[in-house]
Amino acid sequence: MTVAAPAIANRTLSQEALINGLLALLPGSAVLTDPEDLRPFECDALSVYRRLPLVVVLPETIAQVQAIMRLCHTLRVPVVARGAGTGLSGGALPLADGVLLSLARFTRILHIDPHNAMATLQPGVRNLAISEAAAAHGMYYAPDPSSQIACSIGGNVAENSGGVHCLKYGLTVHNILMLKLVTMEGELLSIGSETLDSPGYDLLALLTGSEGMLGIIVEVTVKLLARPERAQVVLAAFDDVVKAGEAVGAIIAAGIIPAGLEMMDRLAIQAAEDFAHAGYPRDAEAILLCELDGSNAEVSEYIMAVRRVLTQSGATEVRTAVDEAERQLFWKGRKSAFPAVGRISPDYYCMDGTIPRRQLPQVLRQISQWSQEYGLAVANVFHAGDGNLHPLILFDANKPGELARTEEFGRRILQLCVEVGGTITGEHGVGMEKIDQMCSQFRSAELSQFHAVKAAFDPAGLLNPGKAVPTLQRCAEFGAMHVHHGQLSHPELERY
Amino acid sequence: MADLDSSAALQQQVQDAINTRTPLNICGGNSKTFLGRHPEGKALPVSAHRGIVEYDPRELVLSARAGTPLAEIETALSDAGQMLTFEPPHFGENATLGGTIACGLSGPRRPYAGAARDAVLGCKIINGRAELLQFGGQVMKNVAGYDVSRLMAGAYGTLGVLLEISMKVLPRPAASLTLIHECPQQEAIQRMSQLLSQPVPVDAACYHAGQCHIRLAGSEQAVKHAHEHLGGEVLEKAAPFWHTLREQQLPFFHSDAPLYRVMVKPDSAPLPIAGSWLLDWGGAQRWLVSDEPVAKIRERVAAVGGHVTCFRSHDSHDEVFATLSAPLLTIHQRLKNSFDPHAIFNRGRMYPGL
Ligand SMILES: Cc1cc2nc3c(=O)[nH]c(=O)nc-3n(C[C@H](O)[C@H](O)[C@H](O)COP(=O)(O)OP(=O)(O)OC[C@H]3O[C@@H](n4cnc5c(N)ncnc54)[C@H](O)[C@@H]3O)c2cc1C
Repeated sequence: MTVAAPAIANRTLSQEALINGLLALLPGSAVLTDPEDLRPFECDALSVYRRLPLVVVLPETIAQVQAIMRLCHTLRVPVVARGAGTGLSGGALPLADGVLLSLARFTRILHIDPHNAMATLQPGVRNLAISEAAAAHGMYYAPDPSSQIACSIGGNVAENSGGVHCLKYGLTVHNILMLKLVTMEGELLSIGSETLDSPGYDLLALLTGSEGMLGIIVEVTVKLLARPERAQVVLAAFDDVVKAGEAVGAIIAAGIIPAGLEMMDRLAIQAAEDFAHAGYPRDAEAILLCELDGSNAEVSEYIMAVRRVLTQSGATEVRTAVDEAERQLFWKGRKSAFPAVGRISPDYYCMDGTIPRRQLPQVLRQISQWSQEYGLAVANVFHAGDGNLHPLILFDANKPGELARTEEFGRRILQLCVEVGGTITGEHGVGMEKIDQMCSQFRSAELSQFHAVKAAFDPAGLLNPGKAVPTLQRCAEFGAMHVHHGQLSHPELERY
Repeated sequence: MADLDSSAALQQQVQDAINTRTPLNICGGNSKTFLGRHPEGKALPVSAHRGIVEYDPRELVLSARAGTPLAEIETALSDAGQMLTFEPPHFGENATLGGTIACGLSGPRRPYAGAARDAVLGCKIINGRAELLQFGGQVMKNVAGYDVSRLMAGAYGTLGVLLEISMKVLPRPAASLTLIHECPQQEAIQRMSQLLSQPVPVDAACYHAGQCHIRLAGSEQAVKHAHEHLGGEVLEKAAPFWHTLREQQLPFFHSDAPLYRVMVKPDSAPLPIAGSWLLDWGGAQRWLVSDEPVAKIRERVAAVGGHVTCFRSHDSHDEVFATLSAPLLTIHQRLKNSFDPHAIFNRGRMYPGL
C-alpha cells in the first residue's frame, strides 16, 4: 500500500507555486519538503497505510493556519490535518499531491479556570497534560484514551475519542465546551461557547468526530471534573470468556455504573503481564477490571456490591487493589496492552466495533471460532462496559497473503458488529481504513447526506478528501465484490 | 404496534409538501409552541407516530418514536428503576419525546449529567428530500459518519422530521437530598461554582428567593457523607420543588413581563440588569423577568461572554435567539440547505431565513 511521493525534480509548476507560497507565509523551518523530513509524517499508528505528502507545514499561530488554508483554497490543493499521529484508522494519512498540516507546535495550555470547571488549550496539547495541569486544582479531564501520553486534544476532538472512563464520564463530545475552527476557506469560527450551550445548531457535536473533514481545530475548551475522593479497582478472573461477558451485563443490571469496566482475554493477559508485571492471574481465560469512584464510603459500598455480582457470575477470583500503587499497576497493564501485544507478534491489526452489551458473549464466541478458521490468533482487550470491542488480530506482514487474510477476518468482525445492531467504529474513526465498511453501515441516502454536510463546511472538497465517507461509486464497486445474503447493497447504482 | 408507526404516511406528506412547495410546521404535543419564533406553514402532526420501540434496561438504552408522550417514557423508565439523564421540562401534559429533543430542553440536572443532546445516541428522520434516514444507533460509542443525531437536538425541527430517537438512560440514584442555605446572590454564585471543583455528588443547584438549593444524589453513603460535609438545612418537600422549578410553575414565572433565558459562565457576578432573577444550573442558566429593552439585555450579557434567548411573552416575529456571526450564519444556511433544500420544515422558527 506504499505510494511514492513525487521526486523533487518532478514537481510541477503548480507544486512549485504552492511551496513558494507557503515559504512566503512561514519561516523555512516550518515548511518541510525533503523526503527524509517528510518520512515521520507518512503514516499514523495504522502503519499499513503509508504515503509521503508533497509538503509538511508546521504553523505556530492561528493567523498562519488561516493563511495556509486561504492559499491552499486558492490553489485548490488538498489539506490533511495531523495531531500526534496516533490515530488507528489512517485518518491523518497524507495525500501525495497535498499539504500535511501538523498542529504539533500548538502545545500551550492557555487557561485553566477551576471555578467554571474548564480549560482552554491549543490543539496540540497532549491529552494527559491537561489532567496534569488541572491536578493543582484537584481537577482532571475525564476522557482518557490509552494513548493519552501521546495523543493530542485536537486529534481527540476530531475522532471523538473515548477511554477507559467513558462509561461513566462520556466521550470527548460530552466533555468539551468550545472550539475554534479554521475552515478550508481560511475563515475563523467559534463553535460552542464558554456557557453550557450556544445559539444555533449544535455544531460542536457535529464537529466532534468529524475526522478533519470539516475544518482545522485550532483551539479547544474542555470541561474539567473534580477528582473523586477515592477510586478503587476490582479485578475478577474467569475461566471462560463468555462468563466474563455476562458479568458485564450483570453489573449494569445491578444499577451500578462503574467508572471503567474493561475486559482482557487470555492472550492479552499474558502479553500485558509479561510487559507490565501487573499481577494479573496468568491462568485465567479472561479478566475484568472494574473501577469504582466517588466518596470513600460510597466506593466501599459499591465494591461490596460489585464483588457479590462478580462472584455470582462465576468469577474464580475477585481481588481489590490493596493500595493506589496496585490500582495504578492494574491499569498500567491494561493501558499498555496494545504495545504489549505488539511484542509477541510481528504485526497486529486493531479492530474497533461496538455492539449492544447483551451480544458480547455471542460475538466473542464467533471471533474465536473465526480465529481458528483463519489460523490467526486474536487478543481481546476492550471497553466491555460500552460494548466497544478491540480484537487485535496477530499476523506477520512478511508472510505472503497474511495481511490480506487479516483484513478479510477484520471485515467479517465489523460486518458482524453491524448485523447484531452495532457499529463499525466505536472510537477510532473510519479514516482510510473502514471506508468500505461504511457502505455496509449506511445506505446511499445517508451517505449523500454526509457528503452534503461536508459541502456545507468545505464546498471545494479539499479537506482530507477520500476519507471517512465513501463515494456512492466506491460503495457500488465494493457492493459488487461483497454481495451480502444475496442482496446487493446500493442497488440503485450502476455496476462496473 | 404496527398501527402506531406512521412513518410511511409522514414520508408521503413530506413528499406532497415538496411537490407543492408547501412549508410545514411540525407539531408534536403543542406544549412548546411558545418557544422560538413564530411558526409558519401547514401543520404536520406527528403525535400519532408513537410508542417505545425498544427498551432493555441492561443496555441503558431506550428507543421510542418521536410522538411518544414524554410521560409514557418516564413511567416505563421509572418502573425499571431508571430515568432520563437530562430531566427534561415538559411544559404541558402532551409533551412528546420528539418536541423535547427538537427544542433541546434540559432540566436542573443538566450541568451535572449532560444535556438532551448528550443523551441522544441515534435517530431516524425524514429530510427535506422525503428520504428516510438513520444515524447513530443504540450503542454508547459510535463514530461512523458525522454525528447528525446530536445535530438534530435543539435544531427546532428545521433540518427534518424526527421519527425515532435512541437515548442513553441511567439508573435512578438510590438516595437524594436537598440542602438550603439563606444567602445573598453573590454568595450563592460562589458557593455553587465552587462545588464544581469539589468531589461532591451534586446533581442540581439553584438560587431562588434568597435561598441557595443544592440537591445531592447518589448512593446512601455518598449523600450522607456530602450532607455532613456541606451542612445546611434539609428541604422537606424537595421533589415538588424541583418539579415546579423545572416546569416553570414557581410564582417567579407567573408574570406578564418577558422571561429571558440568560446563559453565562457559572461564576459570573450578578448582572446589572433591572428585573427579577432566578439562577438555575449552578448559576450557568439564569432566568430574568424584565421590562428592560431586549437590545440592552443582550448587550450586557454579551459583554460577559454570555447569550440570551427570549423565552416567554416576547414578540415572536423578532429575533428570539442570539444573533449568529456572519460566517456562522453562512454555515447554518448551507447546512439547512443540505438537509432541507426546499426550505419546507419549520421555516423561520429559529432564525429568519433558516
Ligand atoms: C496504543 C494506542 C492506544 C489507543 N487507545 C485509544 C483509546 O483508548 N481510545 C480512543 O478513542 N483512541 C485510542 N487510540 C487512537 C488515537 O490515539 C486517537 O484516535 C487520538 O484521538 C488521535 O489523536 P492524534 O492527536 O494522534 O490524532 P492524529 O492521528 O494525528 O489524527 C487523527 C485524525 O484527526 C484529524 N486531526 C488531528 N488533529 C486535528 C485538528 N487539530 N483539526 C482537525 N483535524 C485534526 C486528522 O486529520 C485525522 O483524521 C489509540 C491509539 C494507539 C496507538
